[in-house]
Amino acid sequence: MNNVLDIVYWIPLLPLLGCIINGLGRKSLSKGAVGFIGSGVILASFILSLWVFFQVRGGNVHTAEYFPFINVGNLKIPFAFQIDQLSAIWLLIITGIGFLIHVYSTSYMHDEKPEHFGRYFAYLNLFVFSMLLLVMGANFVIMFIGWEGVGLCSYLLIGFWFKKKEYSKAANKAFIMNRVGDLAFLIALFILISKLGTTTFSEIFTPASLAKLSAKEISAITLLLFIGATGKSAQIPLYTWLPDAMAGPTPVSALIHAATMVTAGIYMIARANLLFSMAPSTLNIIAIIGIATALLAATIALKQNDIKKVLAYSTVSQLGYMFLALGSGAYVAAVFHVMTHAFFKALLFLGSGSVIHAMGGEQDMRKMGGLSKYMKITNLTFLLGCLAIAGIPGFSGFFSKDEILAGAFAKSPVLYALGLLGALLTAFYMFRLYATTFKGSFRGTHEQEHHLHESPAAITIPLIILAILSVVGGFVGVPEFMAHGAHALSDFLHPIFKDSYALLPVHEADHSTEWGLAGLSSVLIIVTVIIAWTRFSKKPDLEPASGLGKVLENKWYVDELYDTVIVKPLNKLGSFLGNVVDKRIVDGAVNGVGRLVRYGSRQLRWVQSGQTGSYILMMVLGMVLVFVVQFFLRK
Amino acid sequence: MNITQLLFWILTVIAIGSALMIVTSKNPVYSVLGLIVTFFAISGHYILMNAQFLAIVNIIVYAGAIMVLFLFVIMLMNLSRATETLKNKWLQIVGAIAGSCLFLVLVAALKNTEVKKNLVEMGTGDIGLVKSLGRELFTTFVIPFEISSVLFLSAMIGSVVIGKKE
Amino acid sequence: MPINYYITLALCLFAIGVVGVLTRRNAIIVFMCIELMLNAVNLLLVAFSKMHHLTKGAAATAGSDGQLFVFFIMVVAAAEVSVGLAIIVMMYRNVHSININFLNRLKH
Repeated sequence: MNNVLDIVYWIPLLPLLGCIINGLGRKSLSKGAVGFIGSGVILASFILSLWVFFQVRGGNVHTAEYFPFINVGNLKIPFAFQIDQLSAIWLLIITGIGFLIHVYSTSYMHDEKPEHFGRYFAYLNLFVFSMLLLVMGANFVIMFIGWEGVGLCSYLLIGFWFKKKEYSKAANKAFIMNRVGDLAFLIALFILISKLGTTTFSEIFTPASLAKLSAKEISAITLLLFIGATGKSAQIPLYTWLPDAMAGPTPVSALIHAATMVTAGIYMIARANLLFSMAPSTLNIIAIIGIATALLAATIALKQNDIKKVLAYSTVSQLGYMFLALGSGAYVAAVFHVMTHAFFKALLFLGSGSVIHAMGGEQDMRKMGGLSKYMKITNLTFLLGCLAIAGIPGFSGFFSKDEILAGAFAKSPVLYALGLLGALLTAFYMFRLYATTFKGSFRGTHEQEHHLHESPAAITIPLIILAILSVVGGFVGVPEFMAHGAHALSDFLHPIFKDSYALLPVHEADHSTEWGLAGLSSVLIIVTVIIAWTRFSKKPDLEPASGLGKVLENKWYVDELYDTVIVKPLNKLGSFLGNVVDKRIVDGAVNGVGRLVRYGSRQLRWVQSGQTGSYILMMVLGMVLVFVVQFFLRK
Repeated sequence: MNITQLLFWILTVIAIGSALMIVTSKNPVYSVLGLIVTFFAISGHYILMNAQFLAIVNIIVYAGAIMVLFLFVIMLMNLSRATETLKNKWLQIVGAIAGSCLFLVLVAALKNTEVKKNLVEMGTGDIGLVKSLGRELFTTFVIPFEISSVLFLSAMIGSVVIGKKE
Repeated sequence: MPINYYITLALCLFAIGVVGVLTRRNAIIVFMCIELMLNAVNLLLVAFSKMHHLTKGAAATAGSDGQLFVFFIMVVAAAEVSVGLAIIVMMYRNVHSININFLNRLKH
């Protein structure tokens, strides 16, 4: 074992093993064993990932081919892993955050029956496995396996409590919406295969092979890839599954939102950055969709009362920021924000899980309030998470968001202004959430108040770790204008994006402008935070919303719109096909054939009259026919 | 038109006419008589082609033995009165049409053949004589000839077995 | 005479035989029609044998096998008639009719 890169396949293999053991042994293993195995394999993967990370940092980039996966004619797709700077970061995020969530789950899911407990951990491990496959794949096909795998696991986990019908519906929704995006991804893949004959990243992203593609083809491929990314990463128009995905257990939400799944789209675009950099029109579309999603989701989050729904829309909004960064060509900023977002969003979700746990399953924050008295650790960590996501200077969110805004400013000041507006909205709704939940006085039932308690160590320790990360995580990417050469992440990722930098126009704003922008956004955000805090800690908005608020509470009626425009016509079409086409035409054809044969044979029976005369007649007619046919054939 | 052609046409008319009589007459005895006339006409054709042996055999075997057998049967069963019931009219029409179609198709097929221009040797040539046919029969075709005697034997036994009561 | 006269004559006789088989219900007449068809073929065979003898006249016995075939057909026909008539007699004894429509036992 000279080099950890030679055994890199253990990183995804361990969670798969965990999944198999937990899945098969869910009835015989005790809860402790299940939790130990489930978390242990992820921890082992994390340690390996850490090791890999340091190797990669030392400059070792590794591609390993294990076996031929598809061999058809000239098309050869190997099952291969590629470990470089980009995948190393993702490995750390997935296994690191994933491990904390696993530990958290051992406590959070403790009330489940043993077999469901085992099933839960099997799914969780499978989820991590799929995501690892996605980021480690050395070609689009392996990536696609992971891509589909996370889709499947999200379906399984969102519908974990499948006995509730609406939860299964939410799972279906997530799965189907993802499928729409996957189709686009698949088509892009086919185009790549037909034009280049390969899907391996290192072969595609070379000048020689990119030269084979025309500008139109590149636009088409990137657009299709982007549609695929909108499905996974919950962007307009395919975002509505993510808030509904709250149906799953809270740690699952944390896993989906922070470590896995939704960052897949960002990863894919970052991986294919060279391709995207060659298609400026696609980049513009990505930036516009990104900022539109960010603002739309942020406005919806303003009026949501379900604690998890607010966080869900904030995720959609933050993902919008990441796409804005990608669209502006600030790839490092996107990756940076993925990382910091993973920290604080996992923290917030786990914190909300802790709250829900304490409240005995209650998720409506109008019935909470004043929880800071009862749950000291949760309160503190949640506050830190809110500060981080709001972008208070010094916290991780500040650095990454500032970098995105700077990138947007470089592309267009309008994007910057809208982005800043989104950041203010974020700060506002996050502190509305915080103040309503933790400040003021308790508004729940007496029984619930009695039940309130701080969560056990398995829940609080991950919260503390994540809180520390959320606070200090930003310092890996201190911007250039604050300290020269302090952006460690940018230096680390430079080999991945260097070709893109050569293509994209560079807008270097001078340092004073950037100081100005950062200062402006910081001041505005702090003011917003104070307004929200003071307003909602004294008087939370408990009244039913009216006017615009009602529209926001109903999520701009987007779900209803989709329902009317897409779901209902499809259902109608489906029932038409089912009732009319299938029953009448298909069944009719099948039954008709049977009836025809029966009728025909009954009629044909009379031919067998047993009368010699008729047989001879047939014979003569047959002879005539043969002669006639032969007669015409000869001519 | 020389005498051969004249005889040919006369014999042809007789053959076809008597053949039609077989099919159309209601009384089976007339049919038998028509068949005998047809056989004679065909034998006449054989003679025209100088196939003397076959002409004689035709008359002896067919017109003689076989037709007598037919007559015997008809008279034994007293069928001469038994007019057959013509129940299925259209089947008869269809039968007639089918037969004529067959004729037309075959004649039409003949139209495009090369062979139709070839002439048939009339009146001369000695392959039809008893002498030459007999030599062939007892040299080249001696085994089929002997086997046909076995066939006769079995036919004889067969008809006895079938005709026996019980 | 050109061969096609004989061919046409033979076809005509054969077709009459076919029509007879198809239209008549009397077993004996059907049987006779079969004999007629056999004879039509015989006539044709003889005509062809003579034609061959004329076209390939080099060998003295050219075409004689055609006439021998006619001879064998006659042999077979004689055997067939003896058995066939025995069957008809048998049938008449059983059903008191020689209408071939009674011969529909094949159906069962």
